[in-house]
Order: sequence, then structure tokens, then C-alpha cells
Amino acid sequence: MDAIILQILNGLDKGSAYALIALGLTLIFGTLGVVNFAHGALFMIGAFCAVTLSRILSISRTYVDETQKDFLGRPLEVKVPYAHDIFGPEMGAAIIDWAVPLSILFAIPVMIAVGVIMERGLIKHFYKRPHADQILVTFGLAIVLQEIIKYYYGANPIPTPAPAAFKGSFDFGAVIGFDANTIIYPYWRLVYFAFAAVIIGAVFAFLQFTTFGMVVRAGMADRETVGLLGINIDKRFTMMFGLAAAVAGLAGVMYAPINSPNYHMGMDFLVLSFVVVVVGGMGSLPGAVLAGFLLGILESFASMKEVINILPGINQIIIYLVAIIILLTRPRGLMGRKGVMEE
Amino acid sequence: MLGLGKKDTTLVLLVACLTMLAPFLLNPFPEGSAMAQFNAGYPDLMQRFVIFGIFAIGFNILFGLTGYLSFGHAAFLGIGSYAAVWMFKLLSMNVIPAILLAVVMSGLFALLIGFISLRRSGIYFSILTLAFAQMMFALAYSVLTPITGGETGLQLAPDDPRVLDTATSASGNIPVPGLFGMEMRDTAKLELGSWVFTFNVGYYFSAIVMLISFYLAIRIFRSPFGMMLRAVKSNQQRVNYTGLNARPYTLAAFVISGMYAGLAGGLMASMDPLAGAERMFWTASGEVVLMTILGGAGTLIGPVLGAGMIKYMENIISKINSDILHSWFAFLPDGLEDFMVAIVYPFIGKGWHLTLGIIFMLVVIFLPGGLVEGGQRIARLFRRKKQAKGDDASKAKQPAE
Repeated sequence: MDAIILQILNGLDKGSAYALIALGLTLIFGTLGVVNFAHGALFMIGAFCAVTLSRILSISRTYVDETQKDFLGRPLEVKVPYAHDIFGPEMGAAIIDWAVPLSILFAIPVMIAVGVIMERGLIKHFYKRPHADQILVTFGLAIVLQEIIKYYYGANPIPTPAPAAFKGSFDFGAVIGFDANTIIYPYWRLVYFAFAAVIIGAVFAFLQFTTFGMVVRAGMADRETVGLLGINIDKRFTMMFGLAAAVAGLAGVMYAPINSPNYHMGMDFLVLSFVVVVVGGMGSLPGAVLAGFLLGILESFASMKEVINILPGINQIIIYLVAIIILLTRPRGLMGRKGVMEE
Repeated sequence: MLGLGKKDTTLVLLVACLTMLAPFLLNPFPEGSAMAQFNAGYPDLMQRFVIFGIFAIGFNILFGLTGYLSFGHAAFLGIGSYAAVWMFKLLSMNVIPAILLAVVMSGLFALLIGFISLRRSGIYFSILTLAFAQMMFALAYSVLTPITGGETGLQLAPDDPRVLDTATSASGNIPVPGLFGMEMRDTAKLELGSWVFTFNVGYYFSAIVMLISFYLAIRIFRSPFGMMLRAVKSNQQRVNYTGLNARPYTLAAFVISGMYAGLAGGLMASMDPLAGAERMFWTASGEVVLMTILGGAGTLIGPVLGAGMIKYMENIISKINSDILHSWFAFLPDGLEDFMVAIVYPFIGKGWHLTLGIIFMLVVIFLPGGLVEGGQRIARLFRRKKQAKGDDASKAKQPAE
């Protein structure tokens, strides 16, 4: 029993990342009808927003402290981040420590800008082109974005730690009545899951309860009619692209402490996210979220020792296997709508 | 000739001439000169030109004719490589059985995968093929290690059985792949003044295989079968309404293009007898898509051009470093020189993927037909100018009606 709970928990953080990326992909697909292969790159850019902010915060000035000596007896060179000067030593240290959560504030405008520029500058011109062209141009864009990041940040993963308050693990088993230390779970992953849940809830609430969201949903259902009613639907769809980019970016920001950002992390997630979208049903937002968590949990179950002993290698292929079975038996995916990308 | 129209015959002959004379054509700069780094006439690179040419020709039969965008074609390349290496290990170092097994095995896998994937079309087909390829990559990397060699890849070993051949050569080394006594790595060098031309057995073998597969591809393009595939691309519904089942045709195209990929994989293993799982990774599948699109999908010569261009860029651009750049811009004033170097630097050396991505995007945006369409547009521009002149002249002569 405790093993099962542990696997479900393990699946949640990966599942959250899948769900967030798939949610953004589906938003773009549902509104603009574009298959965005560059979405993984947006996730990666988000993660690098966290890297950038923590680097900016720790920019330091160096001065020579005459009172302290290093081991050779020379005056010690001390590095002091400017943040300490501006906010005072304690506050400054706290800000640097909390760089990753603070990056959320930094990443939202950056990602919305990236998304809007991408849509207005490039993707706008591809609405009327075949899906193959959309896939290809966004694939090319993904390569370019990835290489630009690689040029500036190098090819190696950059460790980006979570705030010290979230280091260590949470003894989940003790809380719900199992023996201590049977189900332990890193705090940051809990934070990630909670964060993902909040974001997903916010996106759904935005679409469901605001006028803007209502118009967007109407546009998803019938773009032409909404346009005929005198609403500038293109502008709103562009905003939705920005929103989707922000969702992917935030998923990336918070994922940075779990997996040190490197330039190809987006591509690694992208393939899986596409599978998630297809399993959930193209164009279905709840489907994307459901499938994201489902596949994340399934993957972590498949990597249990007991399962691998029976079916070696199943943990590597389970997601693809599920996708193939779903596509062949339920072509529309778990919650796909009728008439959306049937062919 | 050989059942080809006049235009196609010229095309085949042209390609034949180019490939046969490649060691000369690709080495236009004398050895040791500043431009020698742009020479591409060394065996390793020339082999890659033709082998990836075969891969792209095969991919084009599927994507160019039917419009089905497979994102998992590298899987067949990998299977071909593994099959060929196993043939070297078990049977003999002759490349013919190795390549035959490579083609057959990849054909079988393509039949299975195609049968399942082709139930869906459009984006779903792309994702299904991607899923299959990633699955095979993951399996080859982990569980199937006894068959695939896992992370280290599949290599020849001195204690392989090699039923029809000696396990080790006379000198006690592992023998190298060959064709009836000729070793694939045998090269002859011809020095003419300061030029050095290299002729490699492996290259010529691959080039001949490529010419044969190019010829077959043309026959497929011109056959009723090829017309049928094009019909599927332009409107599958209409094909269905005329009472034809498109599935067998697309499946045949998928299997053929899978076999081409297997052939390329087999050749790759014949040139260098090892096979690794990274050949099946999805970026490798993306690469063949890039090649085909860059050259021109649906055209005969496009994929070969695209493959050649990407492989050339990969080799040449990634070799350039900042010293070379400085020597190029040396004629400029110092400040301007540094500025130019700083601008160009991200695109060369390790940054060649960036260049590739940008070129690819530009091609997809402005030239969906690839390099071939670009060439045609330029040709049309010239022709129109000529025609315009001709029209003026003829108008003057024609009497009013």
C-alpha cells in the first residue's frame, strides 16, 4: 500500500509538468489550430528565466577586506552581491535564496512577450498553410531557440537550487498513519504539484468565469460567428498564445530545481507532451490535464522494481505504448471532441 | 533509356556523372591552400553524402508523394544498421548479405509499424510514428542490450562466429567489411600538382547503390503507383469516393521508404561496422525531414541535394573557428573586423545547428518547395526576361486579327 502511494506521489510531479505543457499546447491548438512544436522550447526558456534571475541577483562587487586575511596572509577579497547592498544583508540573502520562486514574477512578462512575438511574427502567417508546414516551421523555431540558449548559457545543465526552506523531504507516511520514513517526498515536488494545480485551476477559472474567457471559448467553438459579432477574435487568440507560453514558462521555472536546466530539456519534454495531448484528446483542455497526470503516474508505476522484473524495460516505453493503444482504440483520445482534427 | 523519359534519363545521367566524379568536383581547392577547408572530397564525408541521400530519397517517397509526415524514420535506419552488423558478426564480412538483411528487416518492421500507424493520418500519424521510433530507441538502449549492445552500441568482436569467413584476419585483427576481396576502406590517392584526390571503394560502392535507388525512385515517381500516391496526397477523400482503398498504396509507400532507410543503415554499418541506438533517436528522424524539405519534398533530385547540403554544412561550418574568421575579415579595419567576427561567430563552429535551424525556417517560410523550387524560380526569372524580349519581337510580326 505504501509503495502504491509513493508511486502515485512520484508520478505527480512529472505528471504536473506534462499536464502544464500539454495544457498550453492544447490551448494553442484549440484556439489557433496550430500544432506548436516549439512549445517545449518555451518550457525551456521558462527554466532559463529562473537561471537568469538567480544570476542577476547574485551579481557581486568585489572589495578587499583589510581586516581579514586568507591562508597566505594577504588581505581577503570579499564578494558581496549587490542585492545585499540594496536590501541589507539579511533581506538580500533571502532574496537570493528565493530566486526561483521570484522568477515567476520575472518569467510571466517575459514569456507573454515571447509568446506574443512568436505568434505575431511567425505563426500568424501559417494559419492557412498545411499542418505539416506548421509542424516544420515550429520545429525549426525550436531548434533556433534551443541553439540561442545554448550559445549564451552553454551546453551543461545549470544547477538552480530551490529555497533552503524547501530542501529536504516530507515524511508523508507519518502523516497518514504509516510507519515513519516509508513514504518520504521532497518538499519542492509537493510545491511543484500545488503550483501546477493552482495554475491549472487559474487557467480553467479564467476561461470559465471571465468574459474574455467566454469569448475565447466561443471562438474555439466557432471562430467565424464570433468574428461576425464584431469581436476581434484574432487579438484574443494572440493573447491566448501568450497565456499558453506563460503557462509553459512557469512550468519550466518551477521545474528548474527538480531538474537542472539544460538547453535540450524542452525537446525531451515536448515529445512526451505531444503524446499526452493526443492521449487526452486533441483540443480538449480537461483531457490534456487528465492525461498528463495519468501518464505521469503510470510511468512511475512502471518503474517499480516489481513491474520491471516481470516486464523489463516497460518503464521506458509505457507512455508510447499507451499512446499507441489509445490512438488505435479511441482515435479521439480520452476526452477529444467530435470534429476536432479527425484527420 | 531503361523505361525513363528523356528528361529523367538526362537527370539520372547527370547525377551519375556528379557522383562518379565527386572526388574531383568536391576537391576544387589545392591541398594546403587557405580554401582547402572547404574541400569535401574525403571518403568519410562523401560516403555520408550518398548514404543520407538514399535515406532522404526513401523518405521522399513517403512524404513527398503521399504527404504523410513520418517523424520516426530513423528507427528503420537503426534497424538496418543493427541487422548489417549482426550479419557481419554471424555470417561473413561481405557487405552484400549484410545489406540484404538490413533491407529485409527494416521492411518487415516498416510493414508492422506502417500497418498500425497508417490507420490514422495527419498529425496523429506523425505522433504515432514518433512514438514507435522512441519506443524502439528506448528498448534498444536498455532491455535489448544483448541484441543491440545498449549504450556502447553493437560492435564486432574477435570471437564472433562468422560462419563463412575467418573470425580474425591474417594479422589477428578483426576483419573489415568488404566486397569479394575489396575492402570498403581501401582508398587510392591521385596527386595532380598540389591537388590530392581520394578514391574510396566504400564511396563508389555506396554511390552505385545510390544511383540504383535513385533510378528506382524515379520509376516509382513515374509509375501508376506513384500517381496513385499523389492522388492520396492531393485528396484522400476523393480517392476513397472513387471506390479505391488508399491504405494498401500508402502502406506500400511506407514499406518502400522504410526499406530505403534500412538500406542506408546497412550501408552506414558497412562503411564503419558499428551500430548505436542514437541513430534511432527522434532528432535523427528530424534530420531526414530537414534534408527532404530543404532540398524540396516531392521532387526527384531535391532530397539528394538537401542531404548533401546538410552534411556538407555540418562538416565544413562546424570546422570553422574564430581564427579562420579573423583571417577572412582581416582586410577590414581592426574594430570592424572584431565586430564582424563577433556577429558571425555564433553561426559557425559549434553553432552550426543554429545556422541549420535558421536556414530551415527560412526555407519553410519562403520556399516551401525547397532548393529545387528556388532554382526553378531563378530559372523562370531568366526565362521570363528572354521571353519578354521574344514576345516583343513576335508581336511586331503578328498581324492583327
